[in-house]
Amino acid sequence: MASVRSAVSVKITPPVSVPTGREPQAPLLMRMTVSKVNFYYGPKQVLFDINLNIASNKVTSLIGPSGCGKSTLLRTLNRMHETVRSARLEGEILIDGQNILAQDVTALRRRVGMVFQRPNPFPKSIFDNVAYGLRINGVKGSIADAVEKSLRHAALWDEVKDQLHKSAYELSGGQQQRLCIARALAVEPEVLLLDEPCSALDPISTAKIEELLVQLKDLCTIVIVTHNMQQAARVSDFTAFLLTGQLIEFSPTPQLFTTPSDARTEAYITGRFG
Amino acid sequence: MERHFERDLNDLKERLLWMGSLAERAVHQAVHSVLDSDEQLANRVLAEEDAINELQIEVDDRVVQLLALHQLMAVDLRFVLAVSRINNDLERIGDQGVNIAQGSLRILRHPRVKPYVDLPRMSELVEEMVRNALNAVVRRDVELAQKVLASDDQVDNFRDQIFRELLTYMMGDSSVVFPAFELILVAKNLERIGDHATNIAEDVIYIVQGQDVRHPTVDRR
Repeated sequence: MASVRSAVSVKITPPVSVPTGREPQAPLLMRMTVSKVNFYYGPKQVLFDINLNIASNKVTSLIGPSGCGKSTLLRTLNRMHETVRSARLEGEILIDGQNILAQDVTALRRRVGMVFQRPNPFPKSIFDNVAYGLRINGVKGSIADAVEKSLRHAALWDEVKDQLHKSAYELSGGQQQRLCIARALAVEPEVLLLDEPCSALDPISTAKIEELLVQLKDLCTIVIVTHNMQQAARVSDFTAFLLTGQLIEFSPTPQLFTTPSDARTEAYITGRFG
Repeated sequence: MERHFERDLNDLKERLLWMGSLAERAVHQAVHSVLDSDEQLANRVLAEEDAINELQIEVDDRVVQLLALHQLMAVDLRFVLAVSRINNDLERIGDQGVNIAQGSLRILRHPRVKPYVDLPRMSELVEEMVRNALNAVVRRDVELAQKVLASDDQVDNFRDQIFRELLTYMMGDSSVVFPAFELILVAKNLERIGDHATNIAEDVIYIVQGQDVRHPTVDRR
């Protein structure tokens, strides 16, 4: 038998350093639950009976053609829709089992942060942009340490550590967007919403943000709206496909992009419409 | 900046190499069950076949996911496409090992036709080809891959030589027709394993240089 073993060149014990991908997964914790949500702008209904569970510490993508309601759905998650006077929400959205409508909206938005399509830094220094949220929330302890921590989480620290007091407007578009992410992270939100965060960025900056999202999910739950299907495929764990205000399919991302269960999803992701 | 799919690519490579090591072991055990008249080795090959088949499915799943989820380019794209082909070659090598093991069990019911001379040399060469092909994948070593390609003719020569020799035995003594014929099939299986190793070596060249060297006579203009 010794001859058999010694003749085999490649080690013949299974690799233990990586998971097989087939062992049973731990049950997912749900951070947010959307139930029976209907949404209206004035008389016009834009979301129809949406039911969705958002898993904790995962990236969930919302995809669909323009006007399908994906941004609207995202905005309901921290009640950003309330900034539009004619908007009306029916149904229930829970965070950790608590109805978001029953909470103080400022407190809710601290728990559920948001990053927008275009970077929107304040006309302040890089440092002050991140420190702003901490100060208005009356954070005790070292603001400088908290700013550094957030900038590191946003993978921006090494690029800006020597110029923290420069205006945020002097940063590139990609850096500004990461600064906005750092600003959102500073108050340690449980959920981070991103509304097409890369649509104004070049491919290199986009790649950096995407890598950042994958790393950030250890820190918080991420929901991202993207018009770029490939981006959803690359970064997310779960993907929801919306069409004309309806949730057509919600599946683990590998499943949705390899074997979608609905013919409309298949047609959309293969570029047959939208 | 390391892209997160690089971890997936590494996992894919590890799975493929694990499968390669199982296929390599299947061939070695199967041939030695013939050479050493060891029925136990043949049975072990049959028992381990499922592991290779399961890995084939898993590697395929991973290839599909990588292609669907990441817009792979250049060397990453070539690597994943090549893994898909190598996956099939390894599964076929495992199957050929099973064929030899089954043949061995039939051969062992008969007295030995003759002392084995060329068969061990052929099997050593073929196993070396498989080993070198896998190492070439690991190291992305074109030179080693070329060495595998250069061995293919020698394997064919061994097969022809074994066929001729056993044919003379069969012509001289009809009682050895059955085991001698089975031994010819073993040589044929080994020759096919050599072909699969050659395919893997060609894929290494494709991964590293982007050149398709499979059919040099095909006009690619």
